[in-house]
Amino acid sequence: MPGEKVRLRVLTPGHRACQGCGQALGVRLALERVEVPFIVANATGCLEVFSTAYPYSSWAVPWIHSLFENTAAVASGISAALRALGRGEVRVVALGGDGGTADIGLQALSGMFERGDDVLYICYDNEAYMNTGVQRSGLTPPYARTTTSPAGRVKLGNLRPKKDMLSIAIAHGVGYAATASVGYPKDLERKVQKAMGRKGPRYLHIHAPCPLGWGFDPEKTVEIAQLAVQTGLFPLVEIEDGVVTGVRKLPKRLPVEEYLKHQSRFAHLFTSEEGRRAIAEIQAIADANVARYGL
Amino acid sequence: MWTVLEGSVAIAEAVRLCRPRVISAYPITPQTHIVEHLARLAADGELEAEVVNVESEHSAASVVLGAVATGVRAYTATSSQGLLLMAEVLYNIAGLRLPVVLTCANRAVSSPINIWNDHQDAMAVRDSGWIQLFAEDNQEAVDLHIQAYRIAELTRLPVMVNVDGFVLTHAYEPVDLPSQEEVDAFLPPFTPRVRLDPDHPLTIGMLAEPHVYMEARYALNEAVLGSAEAIVQVQEEFQKVFGRSSGGLVSADATEDAEIVFIAMGSVLGTIREAVEGLRRQGIRAGVLKVTCFRPFPGEAVVSAVRGARRLVVVEKALSLGSGGVLANEVKAALYESDRRPEVVSVIAGLGGRDVTVAQIDEVAQAILRGERGPVFLGLDPRLLPR
Repeated sequence: MPGEKVRLRVLTPGHRACQGCGQALGVRLALERVEVPFIVANATGCLEVFSTAYPYSSWAVPWIHSLFENTAAVASGISAALRALGRGEVRVVALGGDGGTADIGLQALSGMFERGDDVLYICYDNEAYMNTGVQRSGLTPPYARTTTSPAGRVKLGNLRPKKDMLSIAIAHGVGYAATASVGYPKDLERKVQKAMGRKGPRYLHIHAPCPLGWGFDPEKTVEIAQLAVQTGLFPLVEIEDGVVTGVRKLPKRLPVEEYLKHQSRFAHLFTSEEGRRAIAEIQAIADANVARYGL
Repeated sequence: MWTVLEGSVAIAEAVRLCRPRVISAYPITPQTHIVEHLARLAADGELEAEVVNVESEHSAASVVLGAVATGVRAYTATSSQGLLLMAEVLYNIAGLRLPVVLTCANRAVSSPINIWNDHQDAMAVRDSGWIQLFAEDNQEAVDLHIQAYRIAELTRLPVMVNVDGFVLTHAYEPVDLPSQEEVDAFLPPFTPRVRLDPDHPLTIGMLAEPHVYMEARYALNEAVLGSAEAIVQVQEEFQKVFGRSSGGLVSADATEDAEIVFIAMGSVLGTIREAVEGLRRQGIRAGVLKVTCFRPFPGEAVVSAVRGARRLVVVEKALSLGSGGVLANEVKAALYESDRRPEVVSVIAGLGGRDVTVAQIDEVAQAILRGERGPVFLGLDPRLLPR
């Protein structure tokens, strides 16, 4: 289109992601408009598996995968090497899933934050260990059913709240930390641009629905992502130097059922009185988010 | 230049001469003095390197992995539990063919916790694809570090230089530190074939499915086996530039006519050499075979060095639980392929920093020559053993 900047090819077509993969969409939205040269460090997970089955790679940018939990540290090493080489113009982006970021990789991420390393860390949050078959992670939402937090006769799925990664990043003094969603591409792209304009550690947490793990039709990925935001369950916020500078307001907020009812991971909540009470608790979480950020 | 230095300082000075650009480590005794000295050199502007203080050994290994993949020379050091925590990353570094150099200040492993020297840490990662070299004294520790970068970058394999914790790292010895000019002549700037570069995008660390994984591991094994040639070549080049012999695969001392040959790695060789001199004075034809390179295991070199011996005594500071002496098992495996089958006595000694004395080594030899089988575990206190 006239005036449209030529998109950098980052993740080229032909990879093996599932139909409707929120993560594949998220990578493209996050990185295709980045115009400065950059290197990607990628954690073990779906993204690595579906994009780099030897001898085929979908990556048109320099990319390294080492292990599951060390991505932030590998990115720190790349950043240190670029400093040593005097190649400050080359930026470093680390990519990890929710398990690789909030659980097994949290220690390395904390080190990267604390040292002030010049890395943009992007977490693709699809709220469970999808690559190994939908097991519960520290970012699985309350009452979601996973294969290791199944909904049974006495338990209604995962009983714990999502770990608050944004606050964890902010507590480290990270200069730029934000949430984004594949349901809001312009907002996501703008946040990446803003993050790339700063130095030091930066954190972007992207909500990336997984049709397979969450149980919805693949064509609904964007809609589901939007509903998470519109119900207040996934607030879109931006925090710069510890101050909330951007919030996506919700003038027409939807009840959480509108989000939950499309996903089989929450289907058990709609069949019992206990489930109804759980939905009320989930509504309270959304209400608390609205109060906290003034959505 | 000859100076009396603590082993750790000598190693750090040798590393400085190799011009690493990224250094990352996590504190663990007895490795700490090495990285403290490097940090001081960087703080004083005497070493142009990024020092990355990490929150674990796992991250230390990951930082140097990322740095070398980006095309700079890097360095890390650890010991014991630190090496075990790194293990996952060590395998990954070797598989990615990244020429990282690591010092392992060898220390016992938990449990029970013990900070003193043995070789159980290094033995635990012997199958990781790293070249493993063992220093006998601090001069050799200096020389092996300089050779390690050359070997690593020639073979595109990581190299672990093993130095006995405390026994060497904390011992003051005179060492001949080469000049920067000499090291620069021996070790050219790092020019990686593969690196992360936006001008030439590459995908590193891909998924290998069953139709390619086995070939990748075969190729890595071939590279590790083949590195023996580079190790010998670098030893010869080193001798030309620095005028002293250091490194290599094995070195034999008085083995030509020996009826009994001691085989060992690391600083315990000093004790063994003294015992062997004593045995020779008593008219016993004893010799010593030093194994400098444990991986790749130089089986042929070992067999040919001990060709005349009737008895081999493998003295080692490691133990494969449920099997036996790790080095002894390697020696036995190498002999199986040869036409000579000397008796092999495995002696586990000095675990967790237990002293190994000249008198003990002498007694081992005497017992074996009397026809006794000799001790499997040297110097066990029977009062402390399970009844």
